[in-house]
Amino acid sequence: MGIGVRNLTKHFGEKMVFEDFTCFFPAGETTCIMGPSGCGKTTLLMILMGLLPYDGGSISGLQEKRRSAVFQEDRLCDNVSAVTNLRLVNKGLSKEEAAAMLAALGLSDELHKPVRQFSGGMRQRVSILRALAAPYDVLFLDEPFHGLDANTKQLTMRYFQEKIRGKTVICVTHDESEPKLLGGHILRLS
Amino acid sequence: MRTLPPKKSCYEKNRGRSFAIWAILFWIALWQIASMLIGKEMLLASPVSVVLKLWQLLFTGGFWSSIFFTFLRIMSGFFIALGLAMCFAALAARYRPARELLAPLMAVLKSTPVASITILILIWVSSRNLSLFMGIIMVMPVMYLNILTGIENTDKKLLQMADVFEIPPLRRLRYLYIPQVLPYFSSACKISLGLCWKAGVAAEVIGTPTGSIGEKLYQAKIYLETPELFAWTLTIIAVSTLFERVMMLALRGVTRRLEEE
Repeated sequence: MGIGVRNLTKHFGEKMVFEDFTCFFPAGETTCIMGPSGCGKTTLLMILMGLLPYDGGSISGLQEKRRSAVFQEDRLCDNVSAVTNLRLVNKGLSKEEAAAMLAALGLSDELHKPVRQFSGGMRQRVSILRALAAPYDVLFLDEPFHGLDANTKQLTMRYFQEKIRGKTVICVTHDESEPKLLGGHILRLS
Repeated sequence: MRTLPPKKSCYEKNRGRSFAIWAILFWIALWQIASMLIGKEMLLASPVSVVLKLWQLLFTGGFWSSIFFTFLRIMSGFFIALGLAMCFAALAARYRPARELLAPLMAVLKSTPVASITILILIWVSSRNLSLFMGIIMVMPVMYLNILTGIENTDKKLLQMADVFEIPPLRRLRYLYIPQVLPYFSSACKISLGLCWKAGVAAEVIGTPTGSIGEKLYQAKIYLETPELFAWTLTIIAVSTLFERVMMLALRGVTRRLEEE
């Protein structure tokens, strides 16, 4: 069973963002939400994550589902290491497993430094790995690969693709090449 | 792999903030000159006579027992206030009625004069534990308000992250709340440590509990023993500064531990 959005209505003051909006996200597949800036991509994602209330309509298929996310900002705990940030969302993840995940994305030298000392690109990779480290049924992504240079992006996407195979993923992106690389459907908002 | 230079935490920024030797020497010289110009030890004791008096006091049993008496009570008051402030701030952050209930109490405690509180405490309890209660009353509102501000300023986006990942309450406390509250807690400790010593000793001077520093200060005033008054004042400054340093070191230790695995 996928995630169904029926007749969703959401407005911020006078501004109507969604009016009778209906869409469907198939289970076990990747859906990329695309559209011009300000069309409500992040708003839709926040509503689906349960972080923003909506004014009308219904959402089905998310009850009792474990969620994971890469937010638009990295939202890391600055004063602890990358290993601890990963283990924070998954108690069962060992230090060695966390270290192996970080090493896979080229962060093996920085395992025990507080992440406040990391560059933007490094933080973004930790944020992606944290989302993958968490036990989840639905993965929400808000421009997960922004801020990564071309080589790192390629490495990260390859790793990411392997890990999300067969999972329900909803990804907001501006990059037209990402749906193809992630093997996802496109949901275009106007 | 590029790593940014370490950002300094608020504790690290404050670590090197000590006084320049030349500035200390300047003020001592000025004090000596002023004392020589006045020419009456009773009005302004010279640094030399104060140091000599302090040296004499160091070898008397009463000196150390008075320090112990006052230190024990003021610090007990400080730590009791710390515990109460943490509980109250957590309650106030979680439940709005608790915050509304505590707001007038903290506002009154914060602005009531030391003398009024001292007299009230003297009516209610024996003068022996005056500085303990004074410590509680002086420290609690400062700690409460700072801890509450720290909790309220916890990054909302991090809390949303914790909601999405369903991070349990104890882990939220350890990784989200404590690191964000710690800078507020640390600066409140710095302020209130000085405050509780000043207010505690002032209260003891009014209540003159037997065997306290306040009693010694009062006696020095009665017998116009200005060098002794200065010597005791130096002692109070030294003890309170020393404890403040120890407290800040302990807090830095806690911060380091929090950053470890």
